Amino acid sequence: MNHKNIAILDVHLVDPSQNINGIKTILIEDGLVKAIEGHVAPSLLEDAYEIIDGKGKTLLPGLVDFQTRTGEPGNEYEETLASAGKAAVAGGITSMVVQPDTKPVLDDIALIDFISRNASATAPNHVYVMGALTKGLKGTEMSELRLMNEAGAVAFTNCKIPISNSQVMRRALSYASDFNGLIIHHPEDKSLTMGGVMNEGEMATRLGLPGIPKMAEIIMLERDMRLAELTDGNYHAASISCRQSVDIIRKAKAKGLKVSCGASINNLALNENDIGAYRTFFKLSPPLRQEEDRLAIIEGVQDGTIDVIHSDHCPRDVDLKRHPFADASDGAVGLETMLAAMLRLYHDNQLDLNIITKALSLNPAKILGIKAGSLMKGMPADMILLDLEKPWILDARELTSLSKNTAFESARFIGQVLKTYVDGIEVFHRSL
Amino acid sequence: MTQDITITFPHRHLLGIEGLMPNEITDLLDLADRHVSVGRQVDKKKSILRGRTQINLFFEASTRTQSSFELAGKRLGADVMNMSVSSSSVKKGETLIDTAITLNSMNPDLLVVRHASAGATALLAQKVGCSVINAGDGAHEHPTQALLDALTIRRHKGKIARLTVAICGDILHSRVARSNILLLNALDARVRVIGPKTLMPKGIERMGIEVYSNMNEGLKDVDVVMMLRLQRERMTGSFVPSTREFFKYYGLDSEKLALAKDDALVMHPGPMNRGVEIASEIADGPQSVIREQVEMGVAIRMAVLEALSRHLPDREGLV
Repeated sequence: MNHKNIAILDVHLVDPSQNINGIKTILIEDGLVKAIEGHVAPSLLEDAYEIIDGKGKTLLPGLVDFQTRTGEPGNEYEETLASAGKAAVAGGITSMVVQPDTKPVLDDIALIDFISRNASATAPNHVYVMGALTKGLKGTEMSELRLMNEAGAVAFTNCKIPISNSQVMRRALSYASDFNGLIIHHPEDKSLTMGGVMNEGEMATRLGLPGIPKMAEIIMLERDMRLAELTDGNYHAASISCRQSVDIIRKAKAKGLKVSCGASINNLALNENDIGAYRTFFKLSPPLRQEEDRLAIIEGVQDGTIDVIHSDHCPRDVDLKRHPFADASDGAVGLETMLAAMLRLYHDNQLDLNIITKALSLNPAKILGIKAGSLMKGMPADMILLDLEKPWILDARELTSLSKNTAFESARFIGQVLKTYVDGIEVFHRSL
Repeated sequence: MTQDITITFPHRHLLGIEGLMPNEITDLLDLADRHVSVGRQVDKKKSILRGRTQINLFFEASTRTQSSFELAGKRLGADVMNMSVSSSSVKKGETLIDTAITLNSMNPDLLVVRHASAGATALLAQKVGCSVINAGDGAHEHPTQALLDALTIRRHKGKIARLTVAICGDILHSRVARSNILLLNALDARVRVIGPKTLMPKGIERMGIEVYSNMNEGLKDVDVVMMLRLQRERMTGSFVPSTREFFKYYGLDSEKLALAKDDALVMHPGPMNRGVEIASEIADGPQSVIREQVEMGVAIRMAVLEALSRHLPDREGLV
């Protein structure tokens, strides 16, 4: 594809990697960032660049989604790499990291390779892949972590299936530390959550639904901190949901452990009250917790305890959601709403753009060691142009994802992506 | 004869006690009172539901609730069909919604549903055109049980307000407990729940009740003792270690009952585990109204069916 040289003039540019937060002009050549300047007269650039007027708009480095599930291979009717990629760029995500809980499980170099090839052929954005931490995600035998790492897997995760066997977890952390591999874990003590379908407490009691206690997350996270300390391994908690978990990570970081942490946008934007009368589109893992937990998660993002906010994109055929609450599938799509949901916190003055950009772009790129999340000179021109003040209402039918199981049906948002660029090429343009 | 009584019941379905106003509850009790006398006559047949179709759709096995609804429907003149859907055939692929759509095509007027999942009846009610009655959904609600319990209490005590009612045993898994808490609170009774902490759901104290784990303290001076069934499978889940240990501390025997008021009523929704949650001598004793609860069950279900039938289109098709 031909790269055009682009100049975006007088745009509000936010790039925490260079401490930029102001009106700038950015020049793109050959798909890379060439320079960031103050005001430049358009007449000086007209010959060499396609000029885009950025006045009144905001430019951010493209978002990096740490946790995207697709249905490829295995459940292509729910989502393919191509459809997820299209949904991602509509939501401003220029790099997404797909999860290995597909059919078959991505626990082998051939499958890692399959995803990489298929994605680069079909998806409009950069697609990275995480390898399965254990064979078949069964939690008993370590996968070929180092071979997968060489084949391009950026990290290793057991997805939503926690490693209950502490010895397996210890060995994985230990083994991966030899090649600086990153172990990602969904902290949940399954023996405590058994049968649970929503946050344990008054709301679950009133609905007559079995609860998932916060303690299930807390106990597992505490164990993991001990193992991270013991092994000196690189550990990342995939999605924390409770106030106490934020404290655990905060303490571990203060101790100097190589620990980082993420949270789902859903736990930042919603709480258990949204479930109302058995609304299964809010049945998620980790479950939605109480308002005090949501506020603690926001605070954790604010003070840097929580490094990453991810979409937790989980496409599910809506038929799997149209069941009694306990029998319905977990998960919601999130690629197209993550940024908008995050911008609610910006408009409520709870998080500034700098913090938001770090959590959605710079930090995930850094943790995974991928070339993204920054618009420094020489970096790929992955970027998004936003109208921060544009009000809109989500209509699930208009989602690009093949699956429409959104937790934000009819939600009101302010702020929308106008254009998305990957390697300097416009891959998404919102027709107004 | 029952037609002339005016009642307020603006709902199309009865999915739970939650959402009912106190006067709607007492109106149902008043109506049921009339049906009690009908049930004691030689000619028990009414024609209020003549020409109507009632389907009892039970996804969970039940003998007494299903037969109670069946009898209630038949006494009011409805054509009653029983459908038992084992959960295994549901797992074969047909979803609850498929089942609902299939049944809806048979044009029933009243659908009585029991399902093992909380919220299942409400989901079903969204998908069908007829009136739906919740006959128990998971650990959520069992509204007709709470209504029949209230009717039984009121007929003995003359009132509900300011009575102290203790609900004892496996509160965690009990839809009967939840519906009773909601109803008794709505009618200004004082409610206590008593059980081991492993069988007490989190946050239950926020439902406007007092929580006891010591039965001797909890039963002190109560007007009504409601026992709940303890499912045998709770032993394997480490909720309680054995039936004999449970009986010693939470089973209703004469010693514990003596702590309640002298004229306290003893109730049980059935089926009973004698020697597990209740001693035989108490179940069959003078304070027990357990058999009467069954009779009230039919009357309450007649009242509910009648109240809902008032919202069905009439013979000219008008609502």
